[in-house]
Amino acid sequence: MATIDLSPFVAHWEVALPGLIVAGVAMLVMAVDALMRGSERDGLAVIGILGLAAAGVSAIWLWGTDLAGFQNTVRADRYALFVAVLLCASTLLVVLMSVDYLRDQPLPAGEFHALVLLSTSGMIFLAAANDLIVLFLALEIMSVAAYVLAGLFRHEIRSTEAALKYFLLGAFATGFLLYGIAFFYGASGSTRLDQIALAVARDGVTTWTLLGMAFLLVGFGFKVALVPFHAWAPDVYEGAPTAVTAFMAVGVKAAAFAALARVFSAALGGIAASWTGILWVLAVLTMTVGNVIAVRQRSVKRMLAYSSIAHAGYALIGLVAATRDGGAALLFYLAVYSFMTLGAFGVVMALGRRGEPNENLDDWAGVGFRHPALGLSMAVFMLSLAGIPPTAGFAGKFYLFSAAIDAGYVSLAVIGALNSLVSVYYYLGVLVPMYMADGTRRIEAPSSRPYLLATILVTVAATLAIGILPGAPMELARSAFASLR
Amino acid sequence: VSTLPVLTLIVLSPVLGAVLLALLPREPVVGVRRAAFVFSLVTFALSLVMLARFQAGVADFQLVERASWIRQWGIEFHLGVDGVSLFLVLLTTLLTPLVILASWTDVTKRVKEYYAFLLVLETGMLGTLLALDLFLFYVFWEVMLVPMFFLIGVWGGSRRVYAAIKFVLFTMLGSLPMLVAILYCGWRTKATGGFSFAYERFLTLGLSPQEQLWLFAAFALAFAIKVPLFPLHTWLPDAHVEAPTGGSVILAGVLLKMGTYGFLRFALPFFPLAALEAAPYLVALAVIGVVYGALVATVQPDLKKLVAYSSVSHLGFVMLGLFAFNPIAVGGSLYQMLNHGLSTGALFLLVGMIYERRHTRLIASFGGLWAAVPKFAVFLLIAMLASAGLPGLNGFVGEFLIMLGAFGPWPWATAVASSGVVLGALYLLWMYQRVVFGPLVHEENRHLTDLNAREITVLVPVLGLCFVMGFFPAPFLTRMQPSIDRILARVEARAPASTQIAVNMGEGVAR
Repeated sequence: MATIDLSPFVAHWEVALPGLIVAGVAMLVMAVDALMRGSERDGLAVIGILGLAAAGVSAIWLWGTDLAGFQNTVRADRYALFVAVLLCASTLLVVLMSVDYLRDQPLPAGEFHALVLLSTSGMIFLAAANDLIVLFLALEIMSVAAYVLAGLFRHEIRSTEAALKYFLLGAFATGFLLYGIAFFYGASGSTRLDQIALAVARDGVTTWTLLGMAFLLVGFGFKVALVPFHAWAPDVYEGAPTAVTAFMAVGVKAAAFAALARVFSAALGGIAASWTGILWVLAVLTMTVGNVIAVRQRSVKRMLAYSSIAHAGYALIGLVAATRDGGAALLFYLAVYSFMTLGAFGVVMALGRRGEPNENLDDWAGVGFRHPALGLSMAVFMLSLAGIPPTAGFAGKFYLFSAAIDAGYVSLAVIGALNSLVSVYYYLGVLVPMYMADGTRRIEAPSSRPYLLATILVTVAATLAIGILPGAPMELARSAFASLR
Repeated sequence: VSTLPVLTLIVLSPVLGAVLLALLPREPVVGVRRAAFVFSLVTFALSLVMLARFQAGVADFQLVERASWIRQWGIEFHLGVDGVSLFLVLLTTLLTPLVILASWTDVTKRVKEYYAFLLVLETGMLGTLLALDLFLFYVFWEVMLVPMFFLIGVWGGSRRVYAAIKFVLFTMLGSLPMLVAILYCGWRTKATGGFSFAYERFLTLGLSPQEQLWLFAAFALAFAIKVPLFPLHTWLPDAHVEAPTGGSVILAGVLLKMGTYGFLRFALPFFPLAALEAAPYLVALAVIGVVYGALVATVQPDLKKLVAYSSVSHLGFVMLGLFAFNPIAVGGSLYQMLNHGLSTGALFLLVGMIYERRHTRLIASFGGLWAAVPKFAVFLLIAMLASAGLPGLNGFVGEFLIMLGAFGPWPWATAVASSGVVLGALYLLWMYQRVVFGPLVHEENRHLTDLNAREITVLVPVLGLCFVMGFFPAPFLTRMQPSIDRILARVEARAPASTQIAVNMGEGVAR
């Protein structure tokens, strides 16, 4: 009687629960979409939101169990769960703010929701992957859905261009990633991170691990848009529908960062000395180039694209520090960044309408006083992105710079601080037309957009709350990073 | 009542007022104005409670309030007042209601927002003065920037956006390195028992001379830009000229003092060795500022620019006094900070009042105002003389003490700086002569209305205090001196032998 024993494989299958729930809900959305008529599409958002909430709850339920499943290829450690909750929250906000957007724009709601959810399930697995193959699969699930999302404005040339560019460069990056994985397999005989860590501890730095590391870094560099692998980001962010841009700038970046930090900390933490130098250079390049080019932008979306590149540079400081505080600061910063960036994109969406995107700064003249709530919210997001207290952005940078100094990288903290100075110029540059110029043409008051406004309010509240009381989320980030093995 | 957390209330009451103001209806405007005025009076009343509870003769911080804030970083909500900050707090809480009153008819658009920003700014200033945790201090330090950015940028003159951005960028250029320095010091506290940003912990870090030099440089840059010390002053004329009257008054009256206050409170006691090392250079810059500011003020055709450059000159004096490291000069500096807040504040108020009537600030478009607006002329006379340092008015006491104390350690610098006093009299009297005396050449000036009751109400407390501080400096100095001595004792303890002599000499004069 030869029965295949599945029990070791399915043991602790619940580690995959958050990702599975989201993937399941994505399927459900597709099925329901086929049965629905055009005017009832808001129901899809409700399903999506409930699903994401359930996934988030399941992640919280798993908190502290520190289980590993599927032969230790997927982990439900606090690191994975912290990121999973963050991703569920940020996607939930994206879905919420898209309700109004989808009513206004010529976008297929069913596809939008299904793809966003699918991509999110990939992200959740990406953060939980303890194996390079699983990591690769998750990355592809996330990315392929994102490629399609970028091109969702099928009849707009900018959108299709964005999708194609994203797809080609993304595929290219994936190639690098796979190549890197192959080198690691060659060097250590395994693709599991814990096995690689053991091999690294045994063999030290070898040519093969260095090569693997380099290719992996290039692949991840594309995904999180580190300079010099960032060139796609502004075009893609600008061309994609704004709701999708927000999703890519926040979710995709955070998930890829989480995976990057896991690989380097968990698998390669033992040879940190061999990669902190190159990451130092990448961090400095990324924040400097992102900030300097952002200064010249007149399109808010493009400015936010470059700013998101710069913020990847700041976040990388945490990884360079290669300490517990550094990793925790990185996780904390991902959370902070998610809320403030989502909020900023939310304001961009709120000021645009079909056929009239109003993405240029010159269109925003006088908006601050005409729409006080939107104006004040944007002011909060800009100040937070610039790192001015008492906002979350300041707390995030404070933690990152503090970790850098703690690890002996005073110069990196100084460079980060000077970069913040550059960023102050262009973030305040958004507030200048909003409050200090008199508009020649008025942006009409947006018609009632309750969901969008609700999302903006939630992100404002989060940005201020984390800024004033950063203790609790920081403690979570710390505990999450400490669970990496 | 005695357990009332008075400092917390002082710091937070303005921002609370701003929030309440935001919730009020936009119309009627006069209701908004009254509400803002009442909120600022509440803060002023609270600060009087603080003054009543303040014990003269005590050097240490008083009315201390301390609560854990961000436990993981050892950050506390930690407030306290001593002789150094006491009167600066009172100056802030006094000037704010007066500024609100002064902008009654001046600011007519977006009134609610204007007053809300003013109140938020007040919280920032008060917090900066009272914070005894460096994280908290930095938060308030940066919070001051945002409302000022909007005050200049929204309600300012024609080049307001340029001036507002320049103001923010200059200030942040200094404050961001200071943030790194604060973080570095915070990291150093770990070695001496627990992560902390508390003021008293930063005093005992045991930093090497090399570390001190770098950290002092970072702190000094932030404060020198704020003072502003020559050659970092270029943001000041722009910000002053473009800012609305209220903004200028607050900027000159309080914000600039944050720089000198920062030196006295933080940079000197934290990094005494470096401060002593850097003193000759900073003194040189301060003296250049004194003379340069006075010379440039002399040739200004615009009243507001003239007053702005006079600030560069006056603050140079304050810096000279601080870096004399003796109780007399430092006491004089602190006194001069208050004087400058009052007299320059009054000058900006008066310039604003005449601008509101005439819509120009060019000296050439006035002349003979004595005949047209006698009350204005009298008030301008007092403010001008207070600024020039006439005996009997407050400016004299401060400048005299600074020169008396600074002459020992820096004889040449003091000699050169004293020419700034002469120049100060020159440009102020010459300005007064051209504006007030002579024939009434411009027909438009004949029909100017004189100051009304509201404007007189604004000016009387400020100029009255100039007289009080000129005739009775003792009640002020006795409250300041113990805390100043405490800071100097700390510098002295770390001073190498050579400077010890200079310090002792200063002490000898003091006794």
